This record gives sequence, C-alpha cells and structure tokens, in this order.
Amino acid sequence: MNNLLVMPLLIPLCTAVLLLFLKRNIVLQRSLSLIGLLLHAATSFMIVYQVHNEGIQTLHMGGWAPPYGIVFVADSLASLLVAATSIAGFFCLIYSFQSIGEERERFYYYPLFQFLLVGVSGSFLTGDLFNLFVCFEVMLISSYALIVLGGTKRQLRETLKYMLINILSSTLFVATVAYLYGVTGTLNMAHLSIRIAEMQQGGILNAIAVLLMIVFAMKAGLFLFFWLPGSYSAPPAAVAALFGALLTKVGVYALIRSFTLLFYHEPSISQGLIGWMAGATIVLGSIGAIAFSDVRRILNYNVIISVGFIAYGLSAATRAGWDGAVFYLIHDMTAKALLFILGGIIVQLAGTSNLKEMGGMIRRYPLVGWMFFVVSLAVAGIPPLSGFAGKLLILQGGLEAKQYVLAALSLLSSIVVLCSLLRIFIAAFWGEEKPCPEGAGERSIVARSAVAAAGGLLVLIVAMGLGSEWVYGLVEQAGHTLYTPSQYIESVLKEQ
Amino acid sequence: MELYMSLAIGVLFTVGVYLLLSKSLLRILLGTSLMTHGVHLLLLTMSRLKTGAAPLLGEKAESYIDPIPQALILTSIVISFGVTSFFIVLAYKAYQKLGTDDMEQLRGDGDE
Repeated sequence: MNNLLVMPLLIPLCTAVLLLFLKRNIVLQRSLSLIGLLLHAATSFMIVYQVHNEGIQTLHMGGWAPPYGIVFVADSLASLLVAATSIAGFFCLIYSFQSIGEERERFYYYPLFQFLLVGVSGSFLTGDLFNLFVCFEVMLISSYALIVLGGTKRQLRETLKYMLINILSSTLFVATVAYLYGVTGTLNMAHLSIRIAEMQQGGILNAIAVLLMIVFAMKAGLFLFFWLPGSYSAPPAAVAALFGALLTKVGVYALIRSFTLLFYHEPSISQGLIGWMAGATIVLGSIGAIAFSDVRRILNYNVIISVGFIAYGLSAATRAGWDGAVFYLIHDMTAKALLFILGGIIVQLAGTSNLKEMGGMIRRYPLVGWMFFVVSLAVAGIPPLSGFAGKLLILQGGLEAKQYVLAALSLLSSIVVLCSLLRIFIAAFWGEEKPCPEGAGERSIVARSAVAAAGGLLVLIVAMGLGSEWVYGLVEQAGHTLYTPSQYIESVLKEQ
Repeated sequence: MELYMSLAIGVLFTVGVYLLLSKSLLRILLGTSLMTHGVHLLLLTMSRLKTGAAPLLGEKAESYIDPIPQALILTSIVISFGVTSFFIVLAYKAYQKLGTDDMEQLRGDGDE
C-alpha cells in the first residue's frame, strides 16, 4: 500500500476545482496551475524513484483488497509515463500562458487543462479495466471542451467529428468490458491475466481481444487515425501540443498494457495483426506527412507515424522491442510537445500555416529556427539525441522477431519524417524574407517567452539523448516487467 | 430471459448504427444514445439474469445477484448522460454558427 499513488490524480483534481472559483483572476489562475503541475511532477518523480528502488507499488482504494476493489498500480512503465506527462504538461502550460489568449483563459482553460491531466495520470496508474474506461472518459470530456474552447466555426465542426468517433469507441469499450466480465468474471487486470491464461485464450477471448484492440487503436490513432489530422489542427497550438504529446499516447499505453499483460497468448493477434496495422500506419502516415504543405497537418501526420512505430516495437514481442517501445514512448511525449510548440511559434511568427507563404525567418528568429532543426533531428532519430536509442532498440527487436519488411518500412519512415520536418525548416527559415506581417513587433515579444518553454524542453531532450544509458536503466526495468507478467500479477494480488 | 435480452440489445444496436450512418446531426445523436442503452443492457445481461433476487441482502440471503455490473452500469449511465448533454449543446451551438446540421456539408475542405 502506498498512498502516494493517488496524488497524481488528486493534485490536479483539487487544483482544477480550486481554479473553477477563480474565474476572474487570471494571474492567480496561472500561478496556481503552475504550482499544481510542479507538485504533480514532484510526486510523479518520487513514484519513479520508489518503483525503481522498491519494485511495483500498489494502492487498494478504500482498503478493498483486489480483485474486489479498485487497485492502483505503479510499475516502471506507468510511473515513467506519469513523469513524462507532468514534464510535457508543464511546458505546454508555460507555452499556453503566452499563446492561449485572455478570452480562453477566462473561460476555464486552466481547470480543463488540469482535468485532462487527472484523466491521463489515472489511465496510466489504474489496474482495473473499468476504471481505465472512467479515466479515459475524464480525459476525453476535458479534451472535448479544450478542443472547442473558443468556438470558431472550424473548431465546432471538427469537435463534432472528434466527439462522435470517441463516443463510438467508448461505447465499444463498455461492450468489450461487458463481454470480458461475462466470460472471466473479473475486471482487475492482474486477475484477468490469470483467468485468461487459465482459460487458454481462444475462441471468444480472441474476439474480445480484437474488439479491445479496435477500441484502443481508435484512441491511439493506430491505423484507425482518419479523425486525427482534422481534429488536432482545429484547436490553438498549445492545446494541439498537449493533445499530440499525451492523448494518443494513452491509447498506445492501453494497447501495450492489454497485449503484454492480458492477451499475449495468441501471436496472430498480438504480433500479426498489430504488426500489420503498424506497417499500414507508418506508410499512410508517411504519405500524409509529405503530401501536405500546411505546418499543422505535417505535424499531425508525424504523430501518426510515431504511433505506428511504437506499435511496431510492441508487435515484435521481444525484450529489445518492448524496451524500445517504452523508450520511444517517453521520448515521443516530450519531443512531440516540443515539436508542436515550435510549430505553433512558427505559425504565429509567420502569420500563416501555409508553407508556401512563409520564408526567410532565420534572420529575425535564428534561435527558433535552430531549435526546430535540432528537434527535427531528434524526432527522426539521429544520435546523440533522444529518439535514437528508442529507434535502435525497436529495430533490434524487430530484426530478432524476423519482421524484415516492417523494419525496412520503419527505417524508410525515419527518412520521410526528417524530410517532412526539414521541408518546414527550409520553407520557413530559408529563402527570401517575406514582408513583415501586421503586428510582428508585438509577436516577437510574445515569442520570446514561448521560446523559453521550448528551450527548456529542448535541453531535456538533448540531456535524455546524452544520458541514454541512465534512462535505459529505468526503461529496462519497465521492459522486464512487461516481459514477465507474473511480476505484475504477484505484486497486485499478494496478501497484505 | 437472456435470449430476449440479447435480441433487444441486437435491435438497439442495429437501430443505433442505422441512425449513426444518417446525415442529420440529431439522428446521429439519437443513434449514439440508443447504442449506449444497448451496451448498458448488455452489461446487465452479462451478470446472468435471475428473477426475484436483489444484489445485496446480507450474508443470509437465499439468492442474490452480482452487484458489480449494476455499479458499472450506474457509472456508465452518468458518464453517457454528461457526454450526451455536452454533445447536444455542442450540436446546437454548431447549428447556430454553421447554419446546418447536415454532416455532408460539415466535411470541411481538407487543407485550409
């Protein structure tokens, strides 16, 4: 029992409720949400430390022992992802101070931001399938509100579609939970794992596994990503950065958890089907990333490619592949936040998101330009930046599992990623300087403080790349826990 | 009893999917809520239907049924209630601002 585990939910929840009463005082709202995030980060790092030294931590809600009560479980994977969440959230918050605008700040932007964090942290930490659904819903409802906040025509239109897709997938999720409960009689993940192993996954359990995969793939943007490019380009850049960094990753986490802990007995699903979907996602995402000439669209397709890449690591089902998937997941949460923040700054400075209408900004904004260049390299996986180790491990795992076609595809996708991001760099920063857009003087002041947020993240990414060895120590433990589900099961179901 | 329930759930899902595939936003909304009802009945059916038994009557009760699915349904109803009301407000606001409830016209032009 470790009461610390509930703090990553409780802190943002209390902050959000407090903020609801401070609608008028924006300065107080900003400082309180910053304090909330710092506390969130502090507790999540403490959990990482404890898990690393003392093994998996659990918390039985209300003292009900599992499998009857709701249990919270922090293994290495969950704790690392919560820590990455607070890092990405922290910098997105700093960026939104400058970019989100007073109108949105006054209409509950900060409380919604905190509620989103509640949902995301809860999804990572919970050890109960139905509780996962509830945390998903907390996250989704705040994301609906965040995406439509501001109420422009485009936001309204895209939110309708985004909501419909998610209502549908949530409905399917509950149906899957119902089937699973009907077949196994439990919803605690550790207990489920035992029951599924006892029943020799097959027949109806395979059907349930595929349903669960469809649900999570829809949330993660794995193959079923048709909704993603449109909805993520509707909200302002700070919200898009938060979504790009966190939302799809929660779906990916759910996929990893359910196919390493629950349904790992049937390789044709957990390796074959997911591998096939990963390949298709990588190819289609790559096509999208080079086809469009709109900064936001290109970045959205990059999110899709990275989801495919992590799923490829998952489908390899080897130690190296899963280590790599975890490593890349953590890298991707920070790198995508940075990429979207920089993309937002570029769009703001240029006054347009169309590549053909920008140019020559390197003279006025050299720092932004070079930061974008470095993060492009990091996302493409060039050493010594943080994307490299994850990609290397995933490829190693894929080759061990003899998935040569997928390995080739994922290598090619790295080139496409680099190419698509360098296209933004070249179009925005090289060439003839375009005439100064209106109010550019004001914009450059705005940019300076946003650049500070981006700079902080960039330092982290470089540090994560240089300290890969140290990060790998943490990641390896997560991979080990994924590879031996009995470890997870024992620590949840052990007698207190 | 389980058979009739399964048939009812099937009908709810069929109608829900049919409405979901139509163009009008209001029909789509009704479709999602019908499907949610179907899912809730599915949860109820999964706990095996027993006539005349209550979920919690103390340890000496002669027969009782599994209370967990009922707790799950309650949670799910609350969530779907919240989501549906948000969706209705959103749909109304979108109709006011965009002047249409036809999904065909809400397609958007890809690269804008």
